[in-house]
Amino acid sequence: MDIPKEILLTMYERMVRIRKFEEKASELFAKGVLPGFIHTYVGEEATAVGVCVALRDDDLVTSTHRGHGHVISKGGDPRYMMAELYGKETGYCKGKGGSMHIADPDKGMLGANGIVGGGLPIATGAGLSIKLRNSNQVVACFFGDGASNQGTFHESINMSSLWKLPVIYVCENNQYGEFTPQKRHQAITDISQRATAYGIPGITVDGMDVVAVYEATKEAVKRAREGNGPTLIEAKCYRFHGHFVGDPQLYRDQAEVQKWMERDPIPSFEKQLLESNVVTEEDLRKIQEEVQHEIDEAVKFAEGSPYPSDKEALEDIYTDLVEEGRVR
Amino acid sequence: MRKMNFAQAINEGIKNEMRRDPNVFLMGEDVRFGVFGVTAGLIDEFGEDRVRDTPITEEAIAGAAVGAAAAGSRPIAEIMFIDFITVAMDQIVNQAAKMRYMFGGKINLPITYRTMVGAGISAAAQHSQSLEAWFTHVPGIKVVFPSTPSDALGLIISSIRDDNPVLFLEHKLLYAMEGEVSDTNDPIPLGVADVKRSGKDVTIVATGFMVHKALQAAQELAKEGIEAEVVDPRTLFPLDKETIYNSIRKTHKVVVVTEEVKRGAWSGELAADIAEDIFDVLEAPIKRIGSLNTPIPFSPPLEKYVVPNEIDIINAVKSIA
Repeated sequence: MDIPKEILLTMYERMVRIRKFEEKASELFAKGVLPGFIHTYVGEEATAVGVCVALRDDDLVTSTHRGHGHVISKGGDPRYMMAELYGKETGYCKGKGGSMHIADPDKGMLGANGIVGGGLPIATGAGLSIKLRNSNQVVACFFGDGASNQGTFHESINMSSLWKLPVIYVCENNQYGEFTPQKRHQAITDISQRATAYGIPGITVDGMDVVAVYEATKEAVKRAREGNGPTLIEAKCYRFHGHFVGDPQLYRDQAEVQKWMERDPIPSFEKQLLESNVVTEEDLRKIQEEVQHEIDEAVKFAEGSPYPSDKEALEDIYTDLVEEGRVR
Repeated sequence: MRKMNFAQAINEGIKNEMRRDPNVFLMGEDVRFGVFGVTAGLIDEFGEDRVRDTPITEEAIAGAAVGAAAAGSRPIAEIMFIDFITVAMDQIVNQAAKMRYMFGGKINLPITYRTMVGAGISAAAQHSQSLEAWFTHVPGIKVVFPSTPSDALGLIISSIRDDNPVLFLEHKLLYAMEGEVSDTNDPIPLGVADVKRSGKDVTIVATGFMVHKALQAAQELAKEGIEAEVVDPRTLFPLDKETIYNSIRKTHKVVVVTEEVKRGAWSGELAADIAEDIFDVLEAPIKRIGSLNTPIPFSPPLEKYVVPNEIDIINAVKSIA
């Protein structure tokens, strides 16, 4: 690996941060502490991290309903994320968005999205703005195998290829669109093949291998930044948890889950790092401890934060108008 | 004052803003020529990057506007006919209208969605609708509906400058209408109604092309000694209720006229507001006129039958005045 140690450690740290954040969120949800519902990114860490570490800080990202991993990969702060999951005033969105709508525009994260395929046109438009403003940024657009059947996938990639927009379309093929396995929602195996229809490069990478994802993204970013247009990257990965926390997963065999878990991206990256003598076990242990502490602090931060006041419900609908409150 | 038609006024307003702000750009299907020529000629001054023909792909147009706005541009996105907006509803209703709120105010989406509405040219059921109520129903969007060249110019400028998603409705029968407009391209603020005709006996609130039907009706009624006041809200949300209510406080009677099918119409919302807020000043039931509850038919006599006209307005006024 000729990737600088600093980048490798950032990758590792962010993967661990996602894992520990999601484990904590699942635990809190199961206990009934967190409202709403939660889609965890556990198992897919290598994909988001591999992509985002190949981006610049000012590059943009659009996300999905399973968006925690994207926020963390782009450098998001677990305290504000956790507070958002609690519905607290100190959350990223003042408690008004919740798990499915976390956004951090300061870090280039243009928002998670509750609509499957909803982020594709948004990423495309962000790419258009970059091109018009000559700002030399790129956009990474995350979506799943399920979204690749939405009209927005086809409309967006057609538009983007036509205009050579600086967008990297990252399909997280985690094998399931909600409860439905890929083979029952589309007749193809490699979603990257769909790139051919739009005259752009399409590649399939091992989404469980952070380095492979990183290398593929770097190439796509280079292409995008040089004005040569979009790339479709399909990262084959696996959702270790159900569609949402509490999903009984009647649609899949535990043996299949076990088989994929043997390829858990975090231990396999650890192994890769240790074998190449880039880091020591001590380095890794230290990162794990620091991140664990950070997540524990995030929970304390969230629990210690107030809920938003009622008037918060009436604000931020428009930049210049506040809605009327309820008269009781 | 200059004279120009409604289409030229919109063109002038867009040109004014594109000159003023390099972040403003226009995209849509065939905007280089412009349906009814509204955007014709802009490409000569601003080039094909900023006057951008798109594929026929309404959801991507609407969504690309969201992404472009989120990333720092100020897009004007044209959805050729409001009927086609059905294809783009997710991006407008779930994304554009909600992102700022869902993200706790962290993002501004300065988008102008321009779209053509209304019946009158035998364009039949999929090119003639008035769907404004769908959008005034959704918190997070402003809805603008000019009726004259002067209002079109001032309101398109304000819509483009607005930091929120704005749906700008252009009635197709208005494009050729001539009128005087400001020499200095002055913006007209959103949320300010305009009294198009003063009168003491009855208030007619009318929108878009129906403003002109209301004015015709008022002229006829004047011959019979009934002086109608015609109020044009100009923006359906935010709504200048005070101007409307002040007129009704004076006349004590109101007829609301829109081209929407009457069932579930924006006019019903206004009627409900009037009833809730100033019922005590009314001396007669609120009257509401809209299209019949049918799709817009193709055949000219049928289309005429379905859409309201000045006779309907006159009859409604007489029934309460």
